[in-house]
Amino acid sequence: MKQIADFPAGLACPIPLTEYKNVLLAHGGGGKLTQQLIQKMFVSQFDNDMLGALHDGAVFPVGNMKLAFSTDSYVIKPIFFPGGDIGALAVNGTVNDLAMCGAKPLYLSSAFIIEEGLPMDLLWKIVLSMKTAAEAAGVSLVTGDTKVVDRGKGDGIFINTSGIGAVDPAAEIDPKNARPGDKIIVNGPIAVHGIAIMSVREGLEFETEIRSDTAPLNGLVERILKAGKDVHVLRDPTRGGVASAVNEIAQSARQGIQLNEEAIPIGEDVRGACEILGFDPLYVANEGKLLAFVAPESADLVLNEMRSHPLGKYAAIIGEVVADHPGIAVMKSRIGGTRVVDMLSGEQLPRIC
Amino acid sequence: MRFIDEYRDGEAAKKTAEMIRRVTTRPWTVMEICGGQTHTIVKYGIESLLPNALTLVHGPGCPVCVTPLEIIDKAIAIASRSDVLFTSFGDMLRVPGSSKDLLTVKAEGGKVRMVYSPLDAVKIARENPDMKVVFFGVGFETTAPANAMAVYQAKKLGLGNFSLLCSHVLVPPAINALLSSPANRVQGFLAAGHVCTVMGYEEYFPLAEKFHVPIVVTGFEPLDVLQGIYMTVRQLEEGRSEVENQYTRAVRREGNVPAQNLLREVFRVSDRAWRGIGEIPLSGYALRDEYAEYDAEKIFDVGEIRTQESPLCIAGMILQGLRKPSECGAFRTQCTPEHPLGAPMVSSEGACAAYYHFGEYRGEGQL
Repeated sequence: MKQIADFPAGLACPIPLTEYKNVLLAHGGGGKLTQQLIQKMFVSQFDNDMLGALHDGAVFPVGNMKLAFSTDSYVIKPIFFPGGDIGALAVNGTVNDLAMCGAKPLYLSSAFIIEEGLPMDLLWKIVLSMKTAAEAAGVSLVTGDTKVVDRGKGDGIFINTSGIGAVDPAAEIDPKNARPGDKIIVNGPIAVHGIAIMSVREGLEFETEIRSDTAPLNGLVERILKAGKDVHVLRDPTRGGVASAVNEIAQSARQGIQLNEEAIPIGEDVRGACEILGFDPLYVANEGKLLAFVAPESADLVLNEMRSHPLGKYAAIIGEVVADHPGIAVMKSRIGGTRVVDMLSGEQLPRIC
Repeated sequence: MRFIDEYRDGEAAKKTAEMIRRVTTRPWTVMEICGGQTHTIVKYGIESLLPNALTLVHGPGCPVCVTPLEIIDKAIAIASRSDVLFTSFGDMLRVPGSSKDLLTVKAEGGKVRMVYSPLDAVKIARENPDMKVVFFGVGFETTAPANAMAVYQAKKLGLGNFSLLCSHVLVPPAINALLSSPANRVQGFLAAGHVCTVMGYEEYFPLAEKFHVPIVVTGFEPLDVLQGIYMTVRQLEEGRSEVENQYTRAVRREGNVPAQNLLREVFRVSDRAWRGIGEIPLSGYALRDEYAEYDAEKIFDVGEIRTQESPLCIAGMILQGLRKPSECGAFRTQCTPEHPLGAPMVSSEGACAAYYHFGEYRGEGQL
């Protein structure tokens, strides 16, 4: 192995300088540390334009058509949760990443890393759930892989899915394309998935069960793209929530973002749970939500089309792109004050009091 | 949400902000003691609604900020032991010690678990009889009763494997220390509503009288804070220095007497070091000798602790309200929530993190 001294002067650091010697959980939290890890470790070495775009998937030409390609791994705990399970999540997640590229998802692969001792009937339930989700999304699982690891070396089951989709030739969906005036539309109440998981993990019992919003969004995206050509960005605000998603887009597009707190749909139950748990719903994960950045003249049309779809019934315009403060997202609070909405740093930790 | 939305109403907030503007004729400096109020102020952009003559300074009421470095280093040393299961509130996990934080201990294989209540830690101790379960008991008078209850229950249950690493601090001695400082520029206080829910507010009368400052017991919703500011400024303008209670829906003059009795049963008042401020006499709680077997500091011998604060960090000045976070040279550059140099950058209650996340945005494109 090369020692530090083996490197010529100026290249004295064989590992890109991060101030952490070990990977922390927060490096996977979807916030700033994740972004830094991806930039410093992966993008710097695998350097290419498609990766550098930091989109939900890569888009590339094949013959006279464009394909989208995306991958995601699922390590969720608990494996079964109100409103879904790891299997449904694994299918919907990759389907949604493809849809956010403006693609019609076609084929998925699935790799299972299973811990020795996982009950066979649990695995069967997961497989059936994946089958149902794939049928609902109109995709086929066409290839896969299975590994079993020693007891204690995995957390029951991890699933990776990758997918390929055909990109709508008329669509020009790219986070860089957000431009001043664009309206930001969300398809429904936010922060549901993260709170559904947290309430199970923390053993909290609320009066009504909060169920994950996991759902395939490709049908909704198809309808959005049919409605107007002026859709500039699509993004599913998963880890890190709406706040992290709008920050990423503000940075990619070098534009400012202005959110309106009062317009952001949040369910009463989720709001209450966030109060109790000490979380800001803007930073809580979603699995069946998307943000659409649409030119102002088409916004109402797209909004109405979204509202006519079952997954967009409660769609709302929650803000817009502005030329001021490029790279920064700002929110008008419900009492009329203004504050910056930063990206999540590390994991969201509940406050003491 | 009923009973919460009423206190976040935009129209009522505008009216109260207008009342503040009308009553303010001179520059005033007001300190909100509690980190929870700092959080509300920045989260709702309250400063952008206030007249420029009014300066809010953010006080030392963020538990993670004032917990001394030595205790954090002790926590890290205890949590690193293989026979210990260390439990803590969430945001203590990221407070930088001299060399690392508790999340790093976890990444290195230490058993560190986040809990929502010290009573959960007692439950964990019952379920893990082979492990020594330690709870990191920090905070002000607000969190103290639950921590006292955890120790009290552990003793009642005869739990031999539970202990408390105790670093509790008290608000009135801190106000006394701030006002006694020659550099003080705070003219009025918003007292911490939840502290007073437990302790009542009789102990603030001598402070208001001695230092001629208005003290208004204030809640945590945006309308509470705006109303607390209004009541404080009105007193200042009228030349009064009284203790008033804005948070009447939660605070009684005498406080929560059973909770106070429990505190007296388990804790004694002791001298405490405050991170960034220094030692303040009789400003905290320590476990009574009768509960010594539940005192993690006495149970675990962690050897000599040598603490090392970042020389760039001006947390002390910020916690005393002498500087704003944006006036620190390391702010946003060397010091960020991912790499905090000082504790106020860690908790979202900390003044620096609050400024970092929510920004001081006056609506002129200036940050």
